[in-house]
Amino acid sequence: MIPRHQIILFSLLLLASLAMGVALWHLRERAHQRLLAGQDSAPTSAPAVAPAEQATLLVANDSDGSILTQLHSLPLPADSNARARAVLGKLLDLYAAPGAAHPVPGGASSVAQVFLLHAPEIAGAVPAAAKSKIAESRVVVNLSRESRANTSLSPPQDARQTGPLLAVVNLTGSFAANHPSGIETEMLTVLSICGTLHANLPRVTQVRFLVDGQQRATLAGHADLTRTYLAGDVVPSDGAQP
Amino acid sequence: MRWIKFAFAALVVAGLAASPALAQPAPPAPQARFVVVLDAAHGGDDSGGRLANNQLEKSFTLALGVRLRSLLAARGIQVVTTRDTDATVDPVKRAEIANHAQAQACLSLHATESGSGVYLFASSLAPAAPARFPAWKTAQAAWVTRSLNLEGVLNSALLNAGMSVTMARTTVTAVDSMTCPAVAVEIAPEQNSGHQTIAELNDKNYQARVAAALAAALLQWRTDAGRTEDRQP
Repeated sequence: MIPRHQIILFSLLLLASLAMGVALWHLRERAHQRLLAGQDSAPTSAPAVAPAEQATLLVANDSDGSILTQLHSLPLPADSNARARAVLGKLLDLYAAPGAAHPVPGGASSVAQVFLLHAPEIAGAVPAAAKSKIAESRVVVNLSRESRANTSLSPPQDARQTGPLLAVVNLTGSFAANHPSGIETEMLTVLSICGTLHANLPRVTQVRFLVDGQQRATLAGHADLTRTYLAGDVVPSDGAQP
Repeated sequence: MRWIKFAFAALVVAGLAASPALAQPAPPAPQARFVVVLDAAHGGDDSGGRLANNQLEKSFTLALGVRLRSLLAARGIQVVTTRDTDATVDPVKRAEIANHAQAQACLSLHATESGSGVYLFASSLAPAAPARFPAWKTAQAAWVTRSLNLEGVLNSALLNAGMSVTMARTTVTAVDSMTCPAVAVEIAPEQNSGHQTIAELNDKNYQARVAAALAAALLQWRTDAGRTEDRQP
């Protein structure tokens, strides 16, 4: 026989438990409503549509090994990093298009990021070699300018500074994996990227490459990606073509 | 005893005057040997590019190297190769082999499906004065002028063989460390003026024409004045 006071105590405890369960459920619902109310999914500002500007692209051509300047109109963001990525994306879109003179699959998405950093001093940079033509041979493209400097990277000390910049182009692994192999074709890709960056961002004087955020020996077996390329020395072989 | 002092002073002066001459290295003795280094690019784990009919660049370069070695050996030219089998040879080792051979010409053989004809690449390093201990990565700088001369000879021979040639300067890791006149030779399918392929890389006749033209160029390089006895950059 259970004493009466124990029955009453048990009943009170059971009621209290139920009441607390109801209260907790109610509080949970209120908290959930508050959370939903705090997430304002409405846009706080209209998306910025950059005005279309003329961009200078240095477009490679496999048939004669040349790099030609072309002018394209495309939206260019004000931010330098985004601007650099936009022009390179357009360049690689041209290479990925059917019938491209320098076919490289991948397109704009092949450029993961472009970082602009304060350019370090370069000791022992290789001087520019002049573009030349050889009699009875096809146009000779002056290929690379690179430095073998031991560079140390540092972010810009002051946004207002006007010193030279080092662009670090981070390419995707799929771009490198699918790039046609060959000294000529790989160097044309590298140099057209360097030249395009310098043509649109004249402060970019040096370019380094990463693939999936890591340093890689070559692009597709030939073009050296461990070096710093001097972007200003890539000379287009002809006038601009709109 | 005064005459002894004068004699001693005269000896000292004579010794100082003669010391720069003694410091000059003796002129190199004429060398009759003519050595060519053939560097078949890629190999082993590094298959290089994929060519037509699933042929690998490493196989093409090795086959071309073997063919070219036979042609040169038949003409009495000593040939050193960086690889004779499908072995992995890193760029440093390739340059070491070339530099130990003290060759008069070094060719790095490549192939590609892009472009047309034969591409000749000399190092893009700026010419520099020879140094006793050159930096490894820029050792080719002292030889760039000779490499450009060799590139010109190769260009002439290939043009004479009716091929289209593109000459350029670029950076190839192994070549930039070689202390010899060095050129990277990249062979692409042959196309006509309408950009239609008239000879694929696996065309035996095309390979033979390229190898014969390269061999003729190296023979010309050997017979050119001063080639055999002067290996200085």
